Amino acid sequence: MTLRLQARGLACERDDRWLFEDLDLDIRAGEIVRVEGPNGSGKTTLLKILSGQLADYQGELFWNDRPMRRVRQAFLESLLYLGHAPGVKAALTPLENLAWYQALAGRRGSEDARLAALEAVGLAGFEDVPAAQLSAGQQRRVALARLELTPRPLWVLDEPFTAIDRDGVAALEARLVAHARAGGCVLVTTHHELGASTLLRRIRLGGRHAA
Amino acid sequence: MPHEARGLQARQDASRTGEPGGGLAVAFWATLKRDLVLLLRRRSEVLNPLVFFALVITLFPIGISPDPELLATIAPGLLWVAALLAALLSLDSLFRGDYDDGSLEQLLLTPQPLPLLVLAKVAVHWLLTGLPLALMAPVLGILLSLPVGSYGVLALSLALGSASLSLVGAIGAALTVGLSRGGVLLSLLVLPLYIPVLIFGAGAVQAAILGDGASAHLAILGALLALALMLAPWAIAAALRISING
Repeated sequence: MTLRLQARGLACERDDRWLFEDLDLDIRAGEIVRVEGPNGSGKTTLLKILSGQLADYQGELFWNDRPMRRVRQAFLESLLYLGHAPGVKAALTPLENLAWYQALAGRRGSEDARLAALEAVGLAGFEDVPAAQLSAGQQRRVALARLELTPRPLWVLDEPFTAIDRDGVAALEARLVAHARAGGCVLVTTHHELGASTLLRRIRLGGRHAA
Repeated sequence: MPHEARGLQARQDASRTGEPGGGLAVAFWATLKRDLVLLLRRRSEVLNPLVFFALVITLFPIGISPDPELLATIAPGLLWVAALLAALLSLDSLFRGDYDDGSLEQLLLTPQPLPLLVLAKVAVHWLLTGLPLALMAPVLGILLSLPVGSYGVLALSLALGSASLSLVGAIGAALTVGLSRGGVLLSLLVLPLYIPVLIFGAGAVQAAILGDGASAHLAILGALLALALMLAPWAIAAALRISING
């Protein structure tokens, strides 16, 4: 499987300030890429551009060596994006939330798979509790359960460690490494220090373009 | 790790072929069901437009005159205007909740065609706003001494018309979802587009009262709905992309 996300000469301007300029990226299968930088340095913006959500940028994006615009459908079928907001409906239970996300991916899925995914993220026993009654960390875990349920090679995760406890962080870190080992690719922003791994690569934003 | 990479690809293919050709239907029905469940759990949001409709209509006989003849002449217009405003009232929340909790972002990132998924959301809005308004209107018609024989046409014209209202209104709701106070702007954007529906909707009831036969008006309402059904989903999808992608 080829899996390659490339950016050439990427530049983005916000409020007369260049968040980044002339950024070249080449992300391949088996890599964990951590985007670093202080608050407001454009990490989320970069992830949104790379996941095809923002059109307001300069430069070119390529997915598997073809221009992103032409292969958007194939790209979306390979992408799992978890944003700043967990995307968990407060009035629905974790099971219902996951069922909808599975359906959006075009699959009906099975209740057993969803229960197993919730157990894997440490939410056994909370399957039928409305998400509004869960803590912030637990809601984040509901969103993270999608990593187990929807097999997609490219994960783009914006601050996935937010509100997660220490054990959960270790488990998620191990999950990211396992995904990269299995030929997947992870693009992540976090302020949490990821354990040294040979798969880990860093992209540093901010500081250089302070105008 | 090419060997393991193939494993992941195979898993993905297997999961994709597990639901042959039904991906879009699954996503459509799941979105429909999800929104229905969501709205039924927050009943006040469903009841608000209905209560508004009932209140406005009860106030008119008190404010204008209890004279049945006068009320009967203005009833078609009153009922239609009040129903239209009630439907408008509920539009702002159509995409707001999804925008706030990040589900809208996810909806835009699915490989499924967005126009069809938003159509599911609009259908739920109509089922829980437009349709109940249409069913309630004849009861309120009694209050305004609407002549017997026009109740059926009133309900039918409102059911047809409110579907167009939901579709057109959703375009405005999608355009203003990123704004913190989009309510007023939404009304300004959408109201001019509501006028044709209002003219032919109230006209249908008027015609039924006069005994002219309302089928021409109803046919035009149907045509407007067909047009909205064809074009609005694409406009809503495009508007959402503009709102989200800034």
